[in-house]
Amino acid sequence: MALCPLTAGLGLKPQHYDEALHCTATGLWWEVHPENYLAEGGPRLAWLEAIRARHPLALHGVSLSLAADAPPDAAHLARLAALARRVEPVIISEHLAWSTWRGQYLPDLLPFPRTHAALQRIADNIARTQDALQRPIAIENPTHYLHIDGHDWLETEFLTELVQRTGCALLLDVNNVYVSANNLGFDAQTYLDAFPLHAVAEIHLAGHHADPVHGDALLIDSHDASIAPAVWALYEQVIARTGPVPTLIERDDNLPAFSELMAERDKAHNALTAAQPEEAACS
Amino acid sequence: MQLSAFQDGFSAALLGHAEHAPWLSALESQPGFAVYRNTVLKGCIDALQASYPTVCQLVGEEWFRAAAAVYARAQPPADGLLMDYGAEFADFLAGFAPAAELPYLPAVARLDRGWTECHLAADAAAIGRDWLAQQAPDTLPLAQLRPHPAARWSWCKEHPAYALWHSHRAGLALPDSLDWCGDGALLTRPHAKVTWRPLSRAGVAFLDACAQGLTLETAATNALDTDPTADFAGLMGCLLDAGALIPTVSRTG
Repeated sequence: MALCPLTAGLGLKPQHYDEALHCTATGLWWEVHPENYLAEGGPRLAWLEAIRARHPLALHGVSLSLAADAPPDAAHLARLAALARRVEPVIISEHLAWSTWRGQYLPDLLPFPRTHAALQRIADNIARTQDALQRPIAIENPTHYLHIDGHDWLETEFLTELVQRTGCALLLDVNNVYVSANNLGFDAQTYLDAFPLHAVAEIHLAGHHADPVHGDALLIDSHDASIAPAVWALYEQVIARTGPVPTLIERDDNLPAFSELMAERDKAHNALTAAQPEEAACS
Repeated sequence: MQLSAFQDGFSAALLGHAEHAPWLSALESQPGFAVYRNTVLKGCIDALQASYPTVCQLVGEEWFRAAAAVYARAQPPADGLLMDYGAEFADFLAGFAPAAELPYLPAVARLDRGWTECHLAADAAAIGRDWLAQQAPDTLPLAQLRPHPAARWSWCKEHPAYALWHSHRAGLALPDSLDWCGDGALLTRPHAKVTWRPLSRAGVAFLDACAQGLTLETAATNALDTDPTADFAGLMGCLLDAGALIPTVSRTG
């Protein structure tokens, strides 16, 4: 019997644990930040394993700091590899960003100048990570809030190079593209036209809001609202080109009822099913 | 610019102690820089608030988040495991001038920290009362028991820290007749969830001895030296029921 392909998934929230565990929606999968489960034991891991016993699970890291000018922390990589052996995730992803620097963790996904040297360093860091995990990872395009001088590469070119040099996959966050295009004043459509869509293994969708001081000139990738219509429109254009790609709805704050999140998830599921070739359809 | 130089400057600017440089000023003067600065600080403060709910209840959210911001700037997390962030928060509160009016606050913070450590610790099979019943009387005194990896125990000399902590965690009113004297606590994780109960000074001495690898006989002697009136059989029953003990050498087969 062929496995049902992943369609649309949701970020797993402790508040929705029981509903998540028992949900039987077709194509559903769950994603977590591994950092929240890198415990030695206890109820969190037991909880994750119970979810994993029923549903496909993806690990979406936020703290490997692949764009730091230093190799990823060996102890953290070893813990991540142990968790991956334990829960056998369908996808492991990380960000084109840095967060840990000289022994301090700055809980955000920080920007950097995309120089030739940065490309070399990050390609090396991705390769080390893939060696430790014994599998390719997917790299996510970050959200931008700052004009930074000194880029040698466009982000789409930079990601294309990383794919070629390391064999990594990509995680395309459509909301990040929309928010960054707004904040930095580039065209989201042009960015997506240049994006190496052949390497996309996962798509993220999320909500954003306008900065309370600066308004629509500065959008915040806040994951605290439903997905904006303009982001849905970009998403539909992307999957029309790629075909079905596992898509995650990220919601981390201002959490609504489970049924409301599932309604958003179902919208993505239906879009993916419509983009699905006939022979792969799962009934 | 070297990537490392960029990261040195950017990280210092996020924490508010960067040296002046034109390239950094060009970033800090953009509205978007505050998004990173706010996100970083909020991430640290949210993590502390999640880990120290009883302290937050005692001082109120506004006071707590202001204190947490001071701590976060001085001692940012060392890694991405934010659920484990803030191990030194109780020590920080002990030296934090605005907290001087609440001298029991650090002890309450230590109990919150104990909850987190208990929650995240390794799994192990605890022994129960049946284990005790199976031991031969002549070898029992030489048995070495260890505290379960998730067990956390403490004694507060000056304040009823456990009584305060427990009443807030359980959502209970403080007892009218609360004796303002020291007390002890035991946190364990017998059935997946963290549980807690009061612990006598004798119990604290006993678990300290077990943690040092001493025999049951020596640990019992330490407990009774601490409090000659202690009910040792009652104490053992309480520790076994709590899942506080594991054997030194796990039996196989």
